[in-house]
Amino acid sequence: MELPVSAVRSTSRWLPWHVIVVFGFLYLPIVTLIVYSFNGSGVGGFPPRNLTLDWYRMLFADDAIWESVLNSLIVAVTAMAISLTFGVPAALALDRANFPGKAFFRRLVLLPLILPGIITGLSLSMLFHDSHVKLSLLTIVLGHGTALISVATTEVFAGLQKLDRAQEEASLDLGANYWQTFWRVTIPNLRLSIIGAALLIFTLSMDEIAVSFFLIGRDNTLPLEIWGRLRRGITPEINAISTIIFVSSLVAIVSWYRLRTNAENPEVTV
Amino acid sequence: MFSRAYRTAITLPPLLWVAVFLLVPYALLLCYSFWSVSPSQTITHSWTLDNYRELFRVNVYLQTLFRSMWIAARVMIFSLLLGYPLAYYLSFYAGARKDLFYQLVIIPLWVSYLVRAYAWKTILGSDGVLNTLLQYLHLTKHPLEFLLYSPFAVVLTLTHIYTPFAVLPIYAALEHIPRNLVEASSDLGASPLQTFWRVIFPLSIPGVLAGATFAFVLSLGDFLAPLLLGGPSGIMISNIVVSLFGAAYNWPLGAAISLCMLLLVVSLLFLSEKLEKKWSFR
Amino acid sequence: MATTTEPVVRSARSGLQELLSIRNIAKSFGKTRVLRDISLEIAEGEFLTILGESGSGKTTLLRIIAGFENANSGEILMEGERLDLLPPYRRRVNTVFQHYALFPHLTVEENVGYGLRVAKLPKAEIAARVTEALAMVKMTAFAKSKPGKISGGQQQRIALARALVNRPRLLLLDEPLSALDANLRRQMQVELKSLQREVGISFVFVTHDQEEAMVMSDRVALLRMGELEQVASPREIYSHPATAYTAQFIGHTNLLRGEIRAGIARCNSLSWKVGLPEGPALFSLRPENIRIVNPETGSDVNAVTFRGKIQHQAFHGATELLQVVCADGLTLSVRTATRETRQGDLALEFSPTDAVLVRESPERG
Repeated sequence: MELPVSAVRSTSRWLPWHVIVVFGFLYLPIVTLIVYSFNGSGVGGFPPRNLTLDWYRMLFADDAIWESVLNSLIVAVTAMAISLTFGVPAALALDRANFPGKAFFRRLVLLPLILPGIITGLSLSMLFHDSHVKLSLLTIVLGHGTALISVATTEVFAGLQKLDRAQEEASLDLGANYWQTFWRVTIPNLRLSIIGAALLIFTLSMDEIAVSFFLIGRDNTLPLEIWGRLRRGITPEINAISTIIFVSSLVAIVSWYRLRTNAENPEVTV
Repeated sequence: MFSRAYRTAITLPPLLWVAVFLLVPYALLLCYSFWSVSPSQTITHSWTLDNYRELFRVNVYLQTLFRSMWIAARVMIFSLLLGYPLAYYLSFYAGARKDLFYQLVIIPLWVSYLVRAYAWKTILGSDGVLNTLLQYLHLTKHPLEFLLYSPFAVVLTLTHIYTPFAVLPIYAALEHIPRNLVEASSDLGASPLQTFWRVIFPLSIPGVLAGATFAFVLSLGDFLAPLLLGGPSGIMISNIVVSLFGAAYNWPLGAAISLCMLLLVVSLLFLSEKLEKKWSFR
Repeated sequence: MATTTEPVVRSARSGLQELLSIRNIAKSFGKTRVLRDISLEIAEGEFLTILGESGSGKTTLLRIIAGFENANSGEILMEGERLDLLPPYRRRVNTVFQHYALFPHLTVEENVGYGLRVAKLPKAEIAARVTEALAMVKMTAFAKSKPGKISGGQQQRIALARALVNRPRLLLLDEPLSALDANLRRQMQVELKSLQREVGISFVFVTHDQEEAMVMSDRVALLRMGELEQVASPREIYSHPATAYTAQFIGHTNLLRGEIRAGIARCNSLSWKVGLPEGPALFSLRPENIRIVNPETGSDVNAVTFRGKIQHQAFHGATELLQVVCADGLTLSVRTATRETRQGDLALEFSPTDAVLVRESPERG
């Protein structure tokens, strides 16, 4: 609800400027990155000169990068599957079941979200070390999948609060058993939350460094590949790949928002 | 309403997975912190408190921890100062464009952290965008050195990363304030500023606490920004942990520090939760 | 505040000063016209109810007086000064909100004293006035409680105290009783009325409940689709409704459609003498004004008589509402004192003076 003009006045003068400055601060690095990915003389230097697509050309020829992109995609999709497989039941369990240690379980599941990623990462690496499991993409997958369960749980739990319990009761009343009700009523109603969680998990996994740091074997994920290059020195190629990452994230979030608003406000045709 | 079988089916799998892949590792962390590393670079499973003693004996660990907390505190303060008015604008002034602005706040979150930290590096460097711009405008003659490889750069970058994390819970809290309370306050004679301090701000405190906690805790444990931009004076506690698991090969000591961090974070979360409950009026 | 020596304008209560003058207020939200040209005077010390269905614009009108909405045109004057140019926090007007809007983070005491603290009155005075206000609404025992812990009816009293403690010139009440259950509601109606008498300030009360309006008000302003249908005292509006809508909205009525020719009104088979001009006519006849003819005394000489067959009988406690059908197909509602089940044919009558001529109520675009 908007406040009528008569109820607010003096604060509104500096507030819009503050908003512009903060948005400027938030977007400055992103804009710089994009602009300089076309800069002929590489990173730094002002003003940008010699607009060129060279860096993008270099990028597309760079096999190592694309291999790491493929690895990241594999990891992200698999991690997404794991997080959802265990995160959705976890949310249901928190919503509908009582068991000893429930409060502890809830906090434990949410811990990787707020704890520095490296702690979760190195704890897992200790586990693999002591069980003599070699580090590889698999260990990264297990790491991401575990750490991101909390994302799935939080989103789905929120969605459950909006779910009308009566719908499930009606389904049971009409003769469907629990399993059928789960697939015919519960999951469809949670569709939005699950898709939102999936998208978020995918994006977070693609960008994940802290946990992955301790769990990589021979194959790099994209962030770790970029990281390795950064240690050796800045190349404008990084700007190019960063721009691509930004654009894909943008597309992802805009389409997610479109999807959600369409689902919540179905268009009525007269 | 739900049968025993149903409830077991939804509880057992996540419980088992989390036990194996979260509980056991953290327990291992605990154990490692009491073990030691032999001179031949192997971990010996002899129980000792040496690691903890080491933490307090050698200055660098506590120093770095306090520096990290100071950096995290600054990030928290700046994130709140930048974020609160933004959240307020979004909730009370944005009107029809509320959704659009909300998306604008979220979009940076979805862009890779590494990418954004790297971008600041290109901006702040002595050959970077900012310095060359300042020289181009003849505002400075020589590049400003303190911009990069300093705690300043770390605080700046982390504030950039975590301001949206501060905005979101504050925005949520502001949205929850019934608008008729604002009208009632105005009706009873309070000016907009008085209404803000007496009604809106107190009711938004849980959101502020949540945002502050995120910004502080996440900054405290950060290791990327200091590594990329911190230089020697900007090293944070996580960097020490990382090196102890890498080149400096001392897993038990690293585990001990990690455990301390874990305890610190958990206590902060606990404290924050208690405060939020006290200030929540629903 | 200077008192005006001008004679009272358009106030039904003679001898009372005019407090608030609403002149030609119009308000639209986008393309929807919510209020069209509203003019109304509110006298000092009167209890005025703005009555209307949902969508009639009554809440919008109240919010314009309070200052939460701005009218598109027109003006509001309070004691000669322009009220509509002031922000809400500078008007000597206070509101009791529909869902009370108590501050959840303050105690009952702090809620009530809010306006006084904002005005920076001395602590001692605040304490004294808050105590007085709480006693007036009989909530002294709850001074230190939080709003979340008290019931709806109790919250409502606190909202009232919080508004009145500031001694406003005018109190606005936005359907404050709608969230209460029926018995509590009736009790609060009585209490509010006597409170208003005690405090002596003008109350403007908004409701959709016509019975509530009748019980509490000195005057009722009936609002329909953004226009004032009729403004009069409850008795006047009941016995002399101006339009068909008014007659039907307030209480039950029978609408008789007919024609007046040469001083005789004719509706179906009924006819009676009237001193009204010729033409089509619509009459409102209240069910309680139709009497069953006493077989011993016979029908009244001046009364209009007819016969009707009982179609339906509804028990309302002290009275019954009978639905009778006449030979010509006319269906009428008749209200009588309760007896055992009646059957069959009845002889009925009514006095011609009880048939009130009303205007049509056209649809408004």
